Amino acid sequence: MKRFLSKMPDALVRLLVVFLVFAVVGAFVVIVLIPKPMKDVKLQWAESTKTEQAKPVKYAGFHACAECHDKIYEKKKTGYHRDLSCETCHGPAKAHTEDPEKVKPTIPKERSFCPLCHAYNPSRPRGFPQINPVAHNPLKACATCHNPHDPKPPTTPKECSACHGEIARTKAVSHHVQLECTTCHQAPQQHKIAPRSIKPTKPQNREFCGKCHAKDAKDKMAKNAPRVDLSTHGEKYVCWQCHYPHSPEVEE
Amino acid sequence: MRDVLAFLLSGGAIGGILKILPSSALAKEAPRKGKWYGFGVSVDKCIGCARCMEACKTENDVPREPFFFRTWVERYIIRKDGEAVVKAIEPNVEAAPDTSGDRSILRSFFVPKLCNQCADPPCAQVCPVGATFQTEDGVVLVNVKTCVGCRYCIQACPYGARYLHPVTRTADKCTFCYHRISQNLLPACVEVCPTQARIFGDLNSAASPLTRFRRMNKIHVLKPALNTEPKVYYASLDGEVR
Amino acid sequence: MSHELTRTLTELLPQIQGYIYPNEIEVHWGLLIVVYPYITGIVAGAFILASLVKVFNVKEVQPLYRLSLLTALSYLLVAPLPLLSHLGHPERCFEMFLTPQPSSAMAMFGFVYAWYLMAVLLIEIWFVYRTDMIAWSDEESGAMKWIHKVLSLFSRDRSESAISFDHKALKTITIIGIPSAFLLHGYVGFIFGSVKANPWWSSVLMPIAFLFSAIVSGVALVILLYMVITPLTGAKINMKCVDKAIDFLFYAVIVDFTLEFVDFIHRIYQSEEEIKILSEMVMSKLFMSLVIIQVLLGMVLPLGIIGVTKIFKKRFTLNEDLRKMLYFISVLLIQFGIFTMRWNVVIGGQMFSKSFRGLTTYKMEITGIEGLLYTLVLLALPLVILTVLLKILPPWKELREEGKDLEGGTPGTLPATEA
Repeated sequence: MKRFLSKMPDALVRLLVVFLVFAVVGAFVVIVLIPKPMKDVKLQWAESTKTEQAKPVKYAGFHACAECHDKIYEKKKTGYHRDLSCETCHGPAKAHTEDPEKVKPTIPKERSFCPLCHAYNPSRPRGFPQINPVAHNPLKACATCHNPHDPKPPTTPKECSACHGEIARTKAVSHHVQLECTTCHQAPQQHKIAPRSIKPTKPQNREFCGKCHAKDAKDKMAKNAPRVDLSTHGEKYVCWQCHYPHSPEVEE
Repeated sequence: MRDVLAFLLSGGAIGGILKILPSSALAKEAPRKGKWYGFGVSVDKCIGCARCMEACKTENDVPREPFFFRTWVERYIIRKDGEAVVKAIEPNVEAAPDTSGDRSILRSFFVPKLCNQCADPPCAQVCPVGATFQTEDGVVLVNVKTCVGCRYCIQACPYGARYLHPVTRTADKCTFCYHRISQNLLPACVEVCPTQARIFGDLNSAASPLTRFRRMNKIHVLKPALNTEPKVYYASLDGEVR
Repeated sequence: MSHELTRTLTELLPQIQGYIYPNEIEVHWGLLIVVYPYITGIVAGAFILASLVKVFNVKEVQPLYRLSLLTALSYLLVAPLPLLSHLGHPERCFEMFLTPQPSSAMAMFGFVYAWYLMAVLLIEIWFVYRTDMIAWSDEESGAMKWIHKVLSLFSRDRSESAISFDHKALKTITIIGIPSAFLLHGYVGFIFGSVKANPWWSSVLMPIAFLFSAIVSGVALVILLYMVITPLTGAKINMKCVDKAIDFLFYAVIVDFTLEFVDFIHRIYQSEEEIKILSEMVMSKLFMSLVIIQVLLGMVLPLGIIGVTKIFKKRFTLNEDLRKMLYFISVLLIQFGIFTMRWNVVIGGQMFSKSFRGLTTYKMEITGIEGLLYTLVLLALPLVILTVLLKILPPWKELREEGKDLEGGTPGTLPATEA
């Protein structure tokens, strides 16, 4: 060993000594001094998962309210708001379930609350009940006419535009403005009460539009309607594949 | 010998030895036993009410300023000339005034966004200290005790789902409300959604509402070309959505 | 919630164009992350210049050898500072050594840095200066004597065999050092290039372009320092050396320019989805910093100036002062160009939204840890360290007692100059 060392250049030996010192000290610190959790990532993950799971819950959940507020719960089950959690409107209620007397959830009574969902917005899906919050029964609280737990309107809406706002507004600035919705669609009364259970009818063939727009149309509404020769116009398509009936004009 | 050579030259060896392929800690395929959480979004049902954004910030103590979101909702307006206008909606703001007669709109809808809890998360791949990781049940979490705040994961997320928490100075993001789902509750955003536009469930379970969702709809994910294998499935996702 | 942060971000809100994801308003990698690749780039570049002498035996640039090594060391010592300052929790930085994630390029930083510092640069400098330090400690007294004694690890061996071992060791270390330097800066390019989420960064060429721009900046900086320091020490600038180094710089700039040009052409030709927003970003947000400063002033103009000195060799060989001035301007412009290239990559990558629908703004602070003042301190710090190193390990002091020093010059004279 000594001969080997003496054969090695002096410079190299010194460097090796320095490195060995670093290595030994480093190994000692990492292996002996540093505790396991700091070195083992799987332990860290397990601990972090537990910490995450232990975080406090603020929303109690869909069924939590039924235990005490069973009457309201039963009522809500049958109305249009049956798919809403109580906490959608009343906010987080976990604290309330733990101490019902001290902590009360909010009851949103202001007129600015219901329009968060129900104000007219062209991006909202078709058929979703929407109103103009400024024009719709101004200054009255929404709950005056609509029980939030069973929000059917005080009278069945006569106008289709109550729910089909986007279509109504589109049609209102189109050439079909003078047509009633019922001109083309038959809507049973049931549709206004339970919209998803029965749908209004839609025209099925070209001849329907032809009642006003065929060359020989005799309908009294057809007086000023543009006429086309149904046998040649529009190949094999039905009319509404090219002309949007609620805004049928083709010019810009 | 040829087999050995073939293996050595294959990416498998290189990837395995150098671990340049995503870390072994990530369970890419769904585990055969146990839960594997996923999420469904019905774009057609979202009404853009932002109850989900509110509930998420409340449930998870997310800073209220409009710069930090675990979930948000985008509004798309596609005009007749093809131009798409997008903005993120603000919660608790009076709805836009009646825009009746805006004849240039061709179609318009809301798209909820959140962390996709990818099965192959690029965020976990780049974390230098292993602070962000995927749990056994498929949720990507951030270990707030070990995160050094280098922000690499925030850069690596293609969906903009992550932010730096201004108080803890660590990365933060949607956790599917892990503390709730571990007690068989729904995530806060799913809980308060009035139209069931958000659906949560166990992808391994035949009885979860997510399974019906995936059966009845044509399913899309965001940025599939990046191969992050997102677990938030969108139904009726429009091609304009990024 | 920091009021400062709220205020800064609120100010940015009206400056957003189009749509960005809500979380993207905060630009996460700012000025400090621009400074870091610039500093490591200089380390790699200076080391490559040094290796030209040792491995490729380019004798003309011999006078720059020790200076480049010391420059590399000064910048390497400062390199971790911008990173540590940027972390949300710098006190947890040791975790990168204890629980590194092998799939993360950033985790490799600690190890590559430690390797390069300990196993390459320090050892190389030690072998270069060992015999000199022995000679100096013999002649000096007081603090300097002990500094040199300790730094030489108390070695006394100056035999023929020891010196020839030093030579061999140096060559070996430099050969190891070249790929190590490539790795030190290449991995920085990989950190950006491997992010598939960001199409501005995600590119196969990113590590290579970073590396070559690093070589350009390092070589240019060493030339700049040489031209500034030499007159300050009372010696005359060796123009043959500078000419040769400028040659290498010229070729390096051409390669760097080609790489960036190819990347540009490739993006426009492929015209993928992101090209619209990226073009908009380059022409609006990055126009000044990319088109004007990085490309025109930082690459094309220096190329032109150096090219002119090459073409009109006769006129310039006579007028040495004019040549010196043109070189000086070129290397200075190159520094700005390469720094701005880092800016365009780092900040540019965060100026556009990953939705490809919008652009945001980066507002550079003046004070604070992400501020301009601290960055200027960080950029000046390596020069301060270099001054100290030049005092302890002067690169031009020759050995008195031996006929020749390690570099083959004659002792007691100034570096050779050309009439």
